[in-house]
Amino acid sequence: MKSSHLLSAADLDRDDALRILDTAEELLSVAQRPIKKLPTLRGRTVVNLFFEDSTRTRISFEAAAKRLSADVINFSAKGSSVSKGESLKDTALTLQAMGADAVVIRHSASGAPHRLATSRWMSGSVVNAGDGTHEHPTQALLDAFTMRRHLGDLEGKSITIVGDVLHSRVARSNALLLHTLGAEVTLVAPPTLLPVGVETWPVAHAYDLDANLEKADAVMMLRVQRERMNASYFPSAREYSRRFGLDTARMNRMPEHAIVMHPGPMNRGMEITADVADSPRSVIVEQVTNGVAVRMAVLYLLLGGAADADSPEGNA
Amino acid sequence: MSTFILRNVRPFGGDAVDIAVTDGLITEIGTGLSGEEVVDGGGHLVLPGLVDLHTHLREPGREDAETVRTGSQAAALGGFTCVHAMANTDPVADTAGVVEQVYRLGVEHGYCDVQPVGAVTVGLAGERLAELGAMATSAAGVRVFSDDGKCVSDAVLMRRALEYVKAFDGVIAQHAQEPRLTEGAQMNEGPLSGELGLTGWPAVAEEAIIARDVLLAEHVGSRLHVCHLSTRGSVEIVRWAKSRGIDVTAEVTPHHLLLTDDLVRSYDPIYKVNPPLRSPDDVQAVREGLADGTIDIVATDHAPHPMEDKECEWNVAAFGMLGLETALSVVQQTMVDTGAIGWERVAEAMSAAPARIGRVSGHGRPLAVGEPANLVVYDPTARRTVEAAASASLSRNTPYAGLELPGRVVATFLRGRATVLDGALFSEGALS
Repeated sequence: MKSSHLLSAADLDRDDALRILDTAEELLSVAQRPIKKLPTLRGRTVVNLFFEDSTRTRISFEAAAKRLSADVINFSAKGSSVSKGESLKDTALTLQAMGADAVVIRHSASGAPHRLATSRWMSGSVVNAGDGTHEHPTQALLDAFTMRRHLGDLEGKSITIVGDVLHSRVARSNALLLHTLGAEVTLVAPPTLLPVGVETWPVAHAYDLDANLEKADAVMMLRVQRERMNASYFPSAREYSRRFGLDTARMNRMPEHAIVMHPGPMNRGMEITADVADSPRSVIVEQVTNGVAVRMAVLYLLLGGAADADSPEGNA
Repeated sequence: MSTFILRNVRPFGGDAVDIAVTDGLITEIGTGLSGEEVVDGGGHLVLPGLVDLHTHLREPGREDAETVRTGSQAAALGGFTCVHAMANTDPVADTAGVVEQVYRLGVEHGYCDVQPVGAVTVGLAGERLAELGAMATSAAGVRVFSDDGKCVSDAVLMRRALEYVKAFDGVIAQHAQEPRLTEGAQMNEGPLSGELGLTGWPAVAEEAIIARDVLLAEHVGSRLHVCHLSTRGSVEIVRWAKSRGIDVTAEVTPHHLLLTDDLVRSYDPIYKVNPPLRSPDDVQAVREGLADGTIDIVATDHAPHPMEDKECEWNVAAFGMLGLETALSVVQQTMVDTGAIGWERVAEAMSAAPARIGRVSGHGRPLAVGEPANLVVYDPTARRTVEAAASASLSRNTPYAGLELPGRVVATFLRGRATVLDGALFSEGALS
């Protein structure tokens, strides 16, 4: 990879992104073995630095690092560094002193991984595991990976992303990565939940879900917090569901091959009905499985990917 | 009687003259003047001492960030002979006691005149008027009132404040920021805020308040000053208001003349400021506004913060940047070297007009016989690379660190006494 960090999906050009996805494809087979472990990152230290609760993402990264034989340290600094009195800088200096080779950071502040990577407080690789309302690049990679397994090459595929784009780091990373991979993305949301300047993004946007179902190869539903209605982003949960929720009737209007995705955690009954979430077209559980393989690929390519080793199997 | 000759200086960049100073006053301007004591002006520019209408000195309360002493030293090094100290200290400068304390600290240290700004509302809480009259008649003689840092957003309170200060020729300096439109705001709202996932601070939140306030000022016949105007729309509203004869003045900061919001891409909070850095088009508009007089003055909004409030995540970092020591250089680079304005207009915008708005006597006066010798000698041909650690301020949050800027303040005189000589702070006593 061209960068020693993964901070944004925009850091990845097409070659980088495809290399990660292809590597993840090979690594997925490791999960099917009786001994799910490769020695690639033996002796390397990966720190999971989580300033925000996310058991799912942390476990996924932990499993990924362990399957590559890295030493994993979980550093939970919940409640934000500030309220605890320890600054991001001091945390970074501590991790540097412990010899962290990679830091996987989840933070409620947009840009915190960027600060860690560019401040010279520490020298290891930084992987953004979700920062504020900015980005979540490994989620986008696992989404692309999942789509590719079902739809083949994403070039020219039509992907509809629905919901709270404004507050969604998943939507930002997906828009960037899917564009890089040649897909045609349409963001669908009420105008209040689209960011100012969305017209400058390399994607289309629309306010009407029904008009954007029939062309979709995949429909990705984003989590919408019910509390948003208190800030007048929409009038009520009911109205939101009626206009932007994915139910069986809407799902039936999608093409036969089209899949339903959700980055989780779901608000069943809000943006997605239970029968859609549990339907055969839903790949939501598979997304989780694929997350480990994709994160293994990212860590492998950032840390272990010795210049010559094109195949992780070669190092096994 | 103390007399000295400031030899070989060029008023506003014109022909070289000698200036004789006796007992703090300019007593003669001519060529070939002689005297026992001579200060060589090196053929540099001389301007009236600069006046800042918008400075945060942090004392009392945040002496870890700045004190009246260090802030006024930074001011002197920047060519200022008078600064207005904003009211958002702790305790807030909302009583005669606090404003007199700040005023006296300025007199005691003597690097420049420190003119306190009084809070409009008690504790800057925006609920009821502070004792504006008591501050006006105190030893500090407050004429500028501002809740800066916060907007007087309540329309009735703003109306009453505008009306009330007419009794002592005061002015309300408004920090124009509609609070509901800027809850949690982190940077200029535009495509970049959407991309970076930082909550936007929309231009309309500034413009809506300015539009309301100029109409209020017109309605009650009062004087309004708009702090740190930052958007094209704001310039247009003020231009319209002036064309209607409304008594409004406006300021722009050096950083809004030079820096743009794309710097936020670094997520480095050194660029976090309120109002936020805006788009290149807004920068163009405020430069045009300053050139055509729509914007009356440049004011620094010098806002010192300790290191730990900037070495952190963007959204928990403090708003604000240093400005006193770099203001004249930034104005030279953005306005003079681009040919937009000449040095007479610089002197008007950074000395005469702010003194007039703040009603401070003895500052912003012409370079003429009989006037106080508040002077800054400036070498516009010099180049310098800004070093944060070299600042006289206690804080280091300059956005210009590492940047090469034009010009250098060679000397500053406060009523004939050198506060800066050869570009360095001058020790007390000499020449006085």
